[in-house]
Amino acid sequence: MRRVLAIGATSAIAGAVLRLMAAKGDSLYLVGRNARQLDAIAADLRIRGADFVGHETMDVNDTAAHGAMIARAEATLDGLDLAFIAHGTLPDQRECEDSAERTLAELATNALSTIALLTPLASRFEARRAGCIAVITSVAGDRGRASNYVYGAAKAALGVFLGGLRQRLHGAGVAVVTIKPGFVDTPMTARFSKGPLWTKPENLAPAILRAIERRKDVIYVPCFWFWIMLAIRALPEAVFKRIKL
Amino acid sequence: MREITTSWGRVTHAEHEVLRPSNREAPLPVAAGISRYLPRGAGRSYGDVGLNADGALWDMAALDRFIGFDDVTGVVRCEAGMRLAALLAIAVPRRWFPPVTPGTKEVTLGGAVANDVHGKNHHVAGTFGRHVRRFALARADGERMVCAPDENPELFAATIGGLGLTGAIIWIELQLRRIPGPWLEVETIPFGSLGEFFALSRASDASHEHTVAWIDAMTPGAPGVFSRANHVPGEDGRIRARGLRLCATAPFNLVRRPALHAFHAAVRARHARRRTARRHYDGFFYPLDGLADWNRLYGPAGFFQYQCALPASAGPEAARAVLDEVARSGECCALGVLKMFGDLPSPGLLSFPMAGPTLALDFPNCGARSQALFDRLDSIVRAAGGRLYPAKDARMAGDFFRQSYPGWRELARRADPAISSNFWRRTTEGAQG
Repeated sequence: MRRVLAIGATSAIAGAVLRLMAAKGDSLYLVGRNARQLDAIAADLRIRGADFVGHETMDVNDTAAHGAMIARAEATLDGLDLAFIAHGTLPDQRECEDSAERTLAELATNALSTIALLTPLASRFEARRAGCIAVITSVAGDRGRASNYVYGAAKAALGVFLGGLRQRLHGAGVAVVTIKPGFVDTPMTARFSKGPLWTKPENLAPAILRAIERRKDVIYVPCFWFWIMLAIRALPEAVFKRIKL
Repeated sequence: MREITTSWGRVTHAEHEVLRPSNREAPLPVAAGISRYLPRGAGRSYGDVGLNADGALWDMAALDRFIGFDDVTGVVRCEAGMRLAALLAIAVPRRWFPPVTPGTKEVTLGGAVANDVHGKNHHVAGTFGRHVRRFALARADGERMVCAPDENPELFAATIGGLGLTGAIIWIELQLRRIPGPWLEVETIPFGSLGEFFALSRASDASHEHTVAWIDAMTPGAPGVFSRANHVPGEDGRIRARGLRLCATAPFNLVRRPALHAFHAAVRARHARRRTARRHYDGFFYPLDGLADWNRLYGPAGFFQYQCALPASAGPEAARAVLDEVARSGECCALGVLKMFGDLPSPGLLSFPMAGPTLALDFPNCGARSQALFDRLDSIVRAAGGRLYPAKDARMAGDFFRQSYPGWRELARRADPAISSNFWRRTTEGAQG
């Protein structure tokens, strides 16, 4: 039985993972923006077997609220074994191209807010010399592409930050798991047409939970994305810039 | 998002705008330029009740949360996009079971209501709709209401078996039934003729909660295997986490005569003698779920299921005539299922079951040959006063539907004017009012 703080708990991927955790009898503390949605999710997770489900509303961009939220989660769950960060937005790339303000706002939500959360969380886990931090990033962070480089840049920043954090916390026995989903069919991606590479969140969830339990470093879900991104990263920039992706 | 959608039989395809409600409190999403909508569950209807060409589908799959579960009374309330599999996973360890279950656990609860599904226990439990205590119905214009036998009773009746036409069911409150454990004691008895089947069924009605027969409809006389079962106590067993999945459509129909003859012979050989075995509910109720997407075996042309209900009086003779016609036709009938429905009434307006035999027969789509056979079967079923199951149908004539479901006019009055389906247009267009 784990004590889990889940940030971005109303996201579809988090939702699927939380259901698996509930089935194992974990205690959960959910954080999200929409109180009514959190209520509905909490009731569902309790029936699915969660030992305890608490929740609170918070906007991740309200960084001043982070510390108190983490303290409340820890107090409510009587400790923390896992911090699972899953929030994110998918920016409209074209809109960002016309607006620096929009671009910065997206970077704030998808990178800065998470970095802000990771800072106190890391110190907290480091001090207790146990636990796990798992963060959903994206394959988009592996290489900048014309179609979504604002999102990609945010996820790339996170990836580097998490890499450093993993090295720092390794000695303290704290695992940092970077989870890179490929194309996932969620409300966030509702506006895209879906090809054969797309997956449903409930199909990813077991692999994500397994990675957390085995304290993996970086995983691609589904795993075939490792090979796709290996190929994409291997393309020389001189070639890459000429293709449409 | 425009998507091409097909139904379980894979015979009909349609292009839709697909909208995905994910918040049970928000109004149903609408799309610009779309005038007709249709809620869709898991897409396990065989024909076109779940298709709405040139319109939009509300894909209800994301509405799949539990709202309440009372361990003491067995009353569960959950969102309508929840699949039976998810309900089973939670309910069975608490020793509750769906009051009625179809032959797959991959249907949604909303779909189970909209098609008023039945199961092997129809003779003691009736249809799914009998166990629905209440549900919330959302209409395209944003109106929302709770329907129960004593609250909006007309819409309650019209929605049960209402093929999604009255609105989108948002959540359902369902009365589960107690079980002593996940196991069943299953007795299988081979029979050589329909007469034997009817005798076995009569003899088992009072003693067994679940009765059904598998029949080999390609052999004259329709021999088969009768199964009857009751729930028995036992510990939770491990159910297979994941069966096999057919990951691609066969390039051509694999369900062909030599394979079928061998398959039917093997089933009959395996059940050559009467025997009793303890079986897990998953294998007993949902054998086909072990091969996900099995409908792809039929290749690109797809398949039909012909399911009729026949009245008690004329039923046995008519069932015999249907099976004779199938055997004579020489068409491949991959799977035949025969069951006696009981006489418990459904609260639904357009419920399919009636007291008497029901036959479900799967056929690969062989074009005009299949259609000619179905037309001949139709005339037998019509003459006997029977009807076909809309959830399985992709081709019945409109006048047959309207004649055998006189409640259709009332449903037309109660239907949401912004909701329609291929099935509904096919069977009622031009006959409204």
